[in-house]
Amino acid sequence: MSPAMYNRLWAAFLDTVQMVGASALIALLVGIPIAVFLVVSSPGGFYEAPRLNRAVAAVVNGFRATPFIVLLVALLPFTRFLTGTTIGVWAAIVPLSISATPFFARIAEVSLREVDKGLIEAAQAMGCRKWHIVRHVLLPEALPGIVGGFTITVVTMIGASAMAGAVGAGGLGDMAIRYGYQRFDTAVMVAVIIVLVAMVTIVQFAGDYTVRRLRDR
Amino acid sequence: MLGTMAAPLPVDAVANTVQARARAISPAGPGAVRFERLDKTYHSAAGAVRALEEIDLEIPTGRIYGIIGRSGAGKSSLLRTINRLEEPTSGRVIVDGQDIGRFDENALVQLRRRIGMIFQHFNLLSAKTVRENVALPLVVAGLPRRRIDQRVDEVLALVGLEGKHDVYPSRLSGGQKQRVGIARALVHKPEILLCDEATSALDPETTLSILRLLRDINRSLGLTIILITHEMSVIREVCENVLVLEQGRIAEEGPVWQVFGDPKHDATRALLRPLSRDLPEDLAARLAPRPVAGGETIIELHYTGAQGGDPDLARLAATLGTSLRLLHGTIDRIQGHAQGTLLVAARGISEQDLDALKGHVGSARVVGYVASDV
Repeated sequence: MSPAMYNRLWAAFLDTVQMVGASALIALLVGIPIAVFLVVSSPGGFYEAPRLNRAVAAVVNGFRATPFIVLLVALLPFTRFLTGTTIGVWAAIVPLSISATPFFARIAEVSLREVDKGLIEAAQAMGCRKWHIVRHVLLPEALPGIVGGFTITVVTMIGASAMAGAVGAGGLGDMAIRYGYQRFDTAVMVAVIIVLVAMVTIVQFAGDYTVRRLRDR
Repeated sequence: MLGTMAAPLPVDAVANTVQARARAISPAGPGAVRFERLDKTYHSAAGAVRALEEIDLEIPTGRIYGIIGRSGAGKSSLLRTINRLEEPTSGRVIVDGQDIGRFDENALVQLRRRIGMIFQHFNLLSAKTVRENVALPLVVAGLPRRRIDQRVDEVLALVGLEGKHDVYPSRLSGGQKQRVGIARALVHKPEILLCDEATSALDPETTLSILRLLRDINRSLGLTIILITHEMSVIREVCENVLVLEQGRIAEEGPVWQVFGDPKHDATRALLRPLSRDLPEDLAARLAPRPVAGGETIIELHYTGAQGGDPDLARLAATLGTSLRLLHGTIDRIQGHAQGTLLVAARGISEQDLDALKGHVGSARVVGYVASDV
């Protein structure tokens, strides 16, 4: 591989990190409130709202059922509306976050649902308001599961970000297709795969380590 | 009842009654709970279940009040209506003279800060340290940091958990976890402490230490403790009054010594059975239904605690005009009242002779006859 190619690889790596990082942050900030809402508004939750619950759940399921590559194309007008363009890293962040948010919300929801009902009861009995219960009971108690779920989400997004190359987003996937596949440059292909594997490994390790630290107390 | 107490009583029994009377403040004082025609019906796919039926009850302040019943009797539902973790279907719950059913959310939060609660499975937050767990009720109430720290130190010292401040609950034993639960429940200086099967997940020794702690707290802080349990031994250990619930209704209610000494309801008897002892097997095998020449009569003497005084065997023997041999039995002291059952053997006693024992014992009956020395 030529020095120019190394520079391209580095730039592609940064693009991927940027795409995944920004989308993951959005998924985290939007996904957790959705997950909390789905849990507390469900029947038996402390903020029952069956209709709204079903509506939100339907939207979440709709986005989860749509394959990412289809979502990517279907969202083009929305992406242009938000970012003013349909190509580049920021244009990819829109569909990536919209795809990752419901995915992560569902995983976080499972962890939140597993929080012992007795803890919620104890919190109510000590004079906690609803917001206190979310802040001091639900989120901290579900944290290990949420971190584990976030790790899975980020790894899935690294894979999905490769597809964003299809809309000219750049990044590692784009590089592998253009140089590795279309120009038959096996060295580039292998290099990209190595970088992707390394990224996934590091993310997974960091996630597992954090979960272990959280559980071990 | 007071009349029979004129008989000489042991010192601690006198102290107990005096103390109990001194603490019986006006029923509407802090920590008083009253139920008025309380009903609770659960609706499920399988149909409606009536968990509580027309409960009318007043719980005196400053006492340890026990609620006992089999599982499904409605104990837990009844307890939870006091801090409205459970909403009654109809009827009222009056705490300190106020109908808590009318409270809005703010008033309810304030009420819950005056009522502590501890649970069978402790319900401690695993992600928080002991200190943070105990501090949480004060943190959500918005108290300043320094006062929180000070109060947390106080209650942790009170429950005997100094030095465990920064430990996570998973590192504690069951008894220690319940102590954290008690500290958390007391941190707001409540008037009422609700205990939901608080010792059911603990071994007998730890159960005893937790019950002693509850009794100490009741004495030193003067707060009303309402506890539910399915174990009669818990009631006997710490409670002054007991309510027996059976299928959502009040079976009987009263001072523990009275209810235990002379149970009126089948449900109470069924719950008491594990505490009572049956006729020893070797004796039962030799029992004859009719008097045996030269043999002995086996008599069961039952003390309900209402007789006052302790079983006086010499007096019984004198009354019967014969010697007595004590074969088997248990006498418990509950709130200073001796109660239980004794099995004695005597020669030449008939049913009629037993009438003479009236006044000395609660009841006496001939169990059977044996040939010679047992």
